[in-house]
Amino acid sequence: MAKSTPVKKAWRSLSWLGAIVIVLLGALTAGVIWSNATWLPKLALDLQGGTQIILAPQVENGQTVQQQQLDQAVSIIRQRIDASGVSEAEISTEGSKNIVVSIPGTPDQQTLDRIKASAKLDFRPVLLAGGPTNEVVGADGKSTPAPTPAPGLQSTPSTKPTNGSDLAWITPALQAKFDAFSCASDAAKSTGVAPADKPLITCDDGGTVKYLLGPVEVKGQDIKDATSGLTSSSSGVTTGQWGVNIIFNDEGTKSFATVTTRLNGLKGAQNQFAIVLDGKVISAPTTNAVITDGKPQITGNFTQDTAKTLADQLKFGALPFSFQVQSQDTISATLGSSQLLSGLIAGLIGLILVAIYTLFQYRLLGFVTIISLIVAAALTYLSIALLSWHYGYRLSLAGVAGLIVAIGFTADSFIVYFERIRDELRDGRGLESAVEAGWKRAQRTIYASKATNLLAAIVLYVLAAANVRGFAFTLGLTTIIDVLVVLLFTHPVLQLLAKTKFFNSGNAWSGLDPQALGAVYRGAAQFRKPTAVSAGKAATAGKEAARRQTIAERKAAELASASASSDSKTGGKDS
Amino acid sequence: MASRLTKFGNDLYTGARSFDFVGKRKIWYAIAAVMIIASILIPVIKGGFNFSIEFRGGSQFQITNVDNTDTAKAQDALSSIVPRAVAHTTVVNGDGVRVQTDQLSEEQTRQVAAALAKAYEVPSTEVASTFIGPSWGADVTQQSIQGIVVFLLLAFIAMALYFRTWKMSAAAIVSLFHDLIITAGIYALVGFEVSPATMIGFLTILGYSLYDTVVVFDKVRENTKEEMELSRRTFGESVNLAVNQTLVRSINTAVVAVLPVASILFIGAFALGADTLRDISLALLIGIVVGTYSTIFLAAPMYSQFREGEAAVKKHDAKVLAIRPKAAKADSVAVAAE
Repeated sequence: MAKSTPVKKAWRSLSWLGAIVIVLLGALTAGVIWSNATWLPKLALDLQGGTQIILAPQVENGQTVQQQQLDQAVSIIRQRIDASGVSEAEISTEGSKNIVVSIPGTPDQQTLDRIKASAKLDFRPVLLAGGPTNEVVGADGKSTPAPTPAPGLQSTPSTKPTNGSDLAWITPALQAKFDAFSCASDAAKSTGVAPADKPLITCDDGGTVKYLLGPVEVKGQDIKDATSGLTSSSSGVTTGQWGVNIIFNDEGTKSFATVTTRLNGLKGAQNQFAIVLDGKVISAPTTNAVITDGKPQITGNFTQDTAKTLADQLKFGALPFSFQVQSQDTISATLGSSQLLSGLIAGLIGLILVAIYTLFQYRLLGFVTIISLIVAAALTYLSIALLSWHYGYRLSLAGVAGLIVAIGFTADSFIVYFERIRDELRDGRGLESAVEAGWKRAQRTIYASKATNLLAAIVLYVLAAANVRGFAFTLGLTTIIDVLVVLLFTHPVLQLLAKTKFFNSGNAWSGLDPQALGAVYRGAAQFRKPTAVSAGKAATAGKEAARRQTIAERKAAELASASASSDSKTGGKDS
Repeated sequence: MASRLTKFGNDLYTGARSFDFVGKRKIWYAIAAVMIIASILIPVIKGGFNFSIEFRGGSQFQITNVDNTDTAKAQDALSSIVPRAVAHTTVVNGDGVRVQTDQLSEEQTRQVAAALAKAYEVPSTEVASTFIGPSWGADVTQQSIQGIVVFLLLAFIAMALYFRTWKMSAAAIVSLFHDLIITAGIYALVGFEVSPATMIGFLTILGYSLYDTVVVFDKVRENTKEEMELSRRTFGESVNLAVNQTLVRSINTAVVAVLPVASILFIGAFALGADTLRDISLALLIGIVVGTYSTIFLAAPMYSQFREGEAAVKKHDAKVLAIRPKAAKADSVAVAAE
């Protein structure tokens, strides 16, 4: 083995780094060529312009929103937006209360309405069905508008209704209200949150039939899945008709069995159950059989499209609450790009200033810092581009700020390391052993301090609000990359540089000149007498140096100190 | 050929030059106390923090690429839709106008945006609108406070495990509070709006302040652990030497961390709409400077003080001090040289 161990280790580390870069770059290139990855990371809407809507769920009085429900709402809204053709929308929860919807560009009003629309899907039994108008046919055969309900009419059932289909629900007041209800004018107003345990007057979504419905019997969230497909007869031959298949969960299966058992025995409108979405009846099929397995099929005059629409509504429509817009923020593309430009300019200026300062402080060693920063920047760019492709990560302005701040944090690792090497040189070590010893000490400090940073980033990411997350994410990412770079690049490079004549001879421009660093011990068995330090201190420092020497160095030093002791008294004070 | 700071570093390393951070701690404590009291008083005198629209609730419009930034147009446009609303209008960067008003309904927001685009003769795409419910800021603040508490607890435990003493954790966390309070005070003094970006800046200071303290404390750990037995220094002097030895690192790191942040502040202060950058960088700039300062002048002396009461440390210090007069006599030349 011609090469000594540090050099071998250094090359191994550098190869690892090279391998990482190649893998990341290869993955990104492959993604760009064969998939939908982009060379530039995707931007959040504060940088590319877009609309952010924060929705607060609105529930019936006295209820609270569970985190699970909120998660469900997010997935439902996402599916809905995707279905509406808006690409790259981002939906997330904020805290345990709100839902944040981010849409790139400026969405049209229709899309906005669709997102905000409350979507509560329920199954209610039909009590009465009628024409869409408020006209009643009088005794004379003429149609006249029904009178507005008189306020004095009885509004509580005289006998307690025994089930959802019990006509006792229809009080005189409700009957009058139903008669006076017009799909054209009233239905538009009444799409609020209707109490689940009370009857509801509403229309179908085409406005052609009005219904008086019983209380909610099956909740939409009990639907596990809904699909559309061609129906088949009992013998398995396709009938060529389109139908919608619903699969209920256990609870839904139970309640649906109860409902169909009851409805199957009833006649007329009461045989129907209504599927109500956002207070409108989207379908009111009749009951032909008792369904106990929780897998009903709705058939009728469906086309492929209408069957699919109904299946989607059943599947995605089951949001257990409606929403109120808490904040809506539209950022123009101009504003976004000007923010991005500001961020980039600031980053560039910051980087140049850091470069100048480190060159000034560390001479040629400063170049190691600069190149390390460039390597870190390249790794960060690749990671963000990959994350943006694979996990839909978007770089926000707060994220850019995180990256710029990271320049300082990253450079600090190098500073800590260089200062430790300098300390070792001051103690009289040769450059190669100073690099190794300095690294050993710096390593611990770097790991401990970076762990603090990572801890902060993780806590912020998990606990904080949406725009804080972007920042925490880049901070955490750059912390990890920083450690990688110092481990796989900066340290190996210094190991190799320590072998070069330029650095090893302690050239004044290397930034590691032992003479400039006031080293006490230089070369084999050769002490340089410190001038600026008092005799007592020299002895103290010399002792410190001696303690850190290798055995060979110590032996050499002992020989030398025998002759040097005449002009250096031992003992003394050091402060 | 040594640069001045390198030479300075050499002297600090050997102890030829030494700043008495630990010994003069009463002075630093007094300064910290005064700064903290001032930082609490400043916002009180100034009538509280200047909270941004995200915390107050309201509607905000930003119009870009405007030729004529006459603010009266904004009020007219707003009044035409919502007669009684008052517009707070500011001109940003020469060609931008920002209009803030009370919370409008969505419909009104849309109409006002259109009216503003017409009034300033720009396409409607140049108008950015923000509509924020009043509870949003409160939510964010509450989450942030939760984050801070959890982080502090975890950091306290992690540091106590790493350093094998909870006293370092305690010193680091006390100085962290010092940093946060003073940063808040100076931020209030400058008078920038407190926006969600400011909160981000604050949360980062948590990380930075502890980070900086950990770096210095790691050197303190080395010095006090490795050299305790052999050392002719008292515990306080060992801590002080560690702080001095890492002083050049502290200065270099602070400068390197401050440079990019300062450039964000500079750009953010003059560029349109980069409020996020501006607020975040001001909080960070103050935080980095104060955080670096407090590690040296507060955390280290405090840690030393916490430990000096321990029996083992007391014994060691007494021993060191007992042999010192003899050594000093034998080396009176050295003392004179100082």
